Amino acid sequence: MELLKQIFIEPFETMYALPDLLLQTLWEGFVSGTLYSLIALGFVLIFKASGVFNFAQGIMVVFAALCLVGIHALGVPAYLALILTLGVMALLAMSVVQFVMKPLVNQPDIILFMSTIGITFILIAGGQIIFGGEPKAMITEELGLPTGSSVLEVSGGIVIFQHIDIAAAIIAAILIAGLALFFNKTKIGRALRAVADDHQAALSVGISLEQIWVVVWFAAGVVALTAGILWAAKSDVSFALQVIALKALPVLVLGGFTSIPGAIIGGLIIGFGEKLFDLYWGVPLLGGGTESWFAFIIALLFLLYRPEGLFGEKLIERI
Amino acid sequence: MSVAENLKSETAETILSVNNIEVIYNHVILVLKGVSLTVPKGGIVALLGANGAGKTTTLRAVSNLLRGERGEVTKGNIIFNDDEIQDLTPNELVRRGCIQVMEGRHCFGHLSIEENLMTGAYTRKDGAAAVRDHLDLVYQYFPRLKERRKSQAGYTSGGEQQMCAIGRALMSKPSMILLDEPSMGLAPQLVEEIFEIVRDLNQKENVSFLLAEQNTNIALKYATYGYILESGRIVMDGDAKELRENEDVKEFYLGTGGEGRKSFKDVKHYRRRKRWLA
Repeated sequence: MELLKQIFIEPFETMYALPDLLLQTLWEGFVSGTLYSLIALGFVLIFKASGVFNFAQGIMVVFAALCLVGIHALGVPAYLALILTLGVMALLAMSVVQFVMKPLVNQPDIILFMSTIGITFILIAGGQIIFGGEPKAMITEELGLPTGSSVLEVSGGIVIFQHIDIAAAIIAAILIAGLALFFNKTKIGRALRAVADDHQAALSVGISLEQIWVVVWFAAGVVALTAGILWAAKSDVSFALQVIALKALPVLVLGGFTSIPGAIIGGLIIGFGEKLFDLYWGVPLLGGGTESWFAFIIALLFLLYRPEGLFGEKLIERI
Repeated sequence: MSVAENLKSETAETILSVNNIEVIYNHVILVLKGVSLTVPKGGIVALLGANGAGKTTTLRAVSNLLRGERGEVTKGNIIFNDDEIQDLTPNELVRRGCIQVMEGRHCFGHLSIEENLMTGAYTRKDGAAAVRDHLDLVYQYFPRLKERRKSQAGYTSGGEQQMCAIGRALMSKPSMILLDEPSMGLAPQLVEEIFEIVRDLNQKENVSFLLAEQNTNIALKYATYGYILESGRIVMDGDAKELRENEDVKEFYLGTGGEGRKSFKDVKHYRRRKRWLA
């Protein structure tokens, strides 16, 4: 009886009693949710266009951030470094297509999946050789990202908004809107959706798959760079960052591997869910620390009862 | 006229010639055992035969879509407009004016009809205005597509999807279309409608067609020349009219003729003596 009360009544009483705490938690959930969405988006882009589950997406986030910081450390101005990093991501996309996708086309999906694990190791090793393995600070101020915070008073309490979080949400929204525009309004975007729908037919009308692959790998690289900058601005650029990519897995299971809106909404659900659950149920009942596994329990439930995710097509068996 | 000149004048009138090609799938399965055929410029050539005879494989060999199915042309060559094309990518081939409309339509289900059509213009470099004009032209041939231009292709009817697939191919400004089973799964009236459009395109836009069909009747009505494929070999060819009147074709593919047949037993008996298989 006591337990039921703790589960079903007390959390909501706390929410009602301390609205500022609730608002703060929701905000934090939203912020980490947008970042999960961004990382998941990188996976979805590549999976849609080539049926490859890109295990290297997490390390691409780290690698992109490392490149940016590393190039800037050479004395290059921040914005130029950003542009050069984009160039590196484009180069990476072209090499992946040239040396991995092209030779392995038409092989079973598992082989392509294994090859992305190979790419992961190459990027880890390459990143360490070129830039060193120690954590570095993100060049937040040099890039013109805000660092302060604002305080909002809510019925007697306060809610703190870090400016970098607000910027992160805005940048993520702009990036997503930009991608949506690119997919829906441009010739390449249209071709990309065509490939995602039916790659044989796309081939038959003369769409070059290699071109499209380069574009999606580059787009995934841009998304990775953005996620890397925003995430590292809150902590550090280190190889430990790649574990956050693991958080994208439950997001994908939730949203569906082939759905871009799914990745976004899935990311937000996981973000909100884990923060709320930890504060209101995790801490009082389980002693806290639930954030690291909450998402995976949700994913497990989804795999059991709705394996195609909220918005996905029934394609999960392709991984 | 010397022999060389004679050859030259012949190739000038031929848009596509397939010379004795052999196709192997997965390195082991021999599907085409030496197929040769030619399509004259501005002609409609029908490739006929039963399921599994190799019609689709022949078309795919020409359009270079075999590699996606793990098949390859191991012998022979394919000439399109005087160039060997068997090593080109489909992208390059479409650029040169030869495009395939695949069996089963294969529209992009999540794209609208108009977007589907626009994907056909992917390889074109002659500017947005020209593409727009061409889109209007395609809509003239397929007024139905214009009505449904905003609908998702996945939700349109089979006939509309077939039109969309042909229209999409047209958007690449082809000189030759490889049309695979346009009649598949369509009502007879619609089949007629689509073949009428094919003939129109052939006459007005000067597009050559190589069409694979199981519906021998309609194919021979609209084609000028026909080839009959059986287990990976061409077993008979001739003018469409000739083929229509051929007793064997009537018996095996048109379901008419074969008079004097009293029971099913006779049919079997006749099949065993089929002349051209001997």
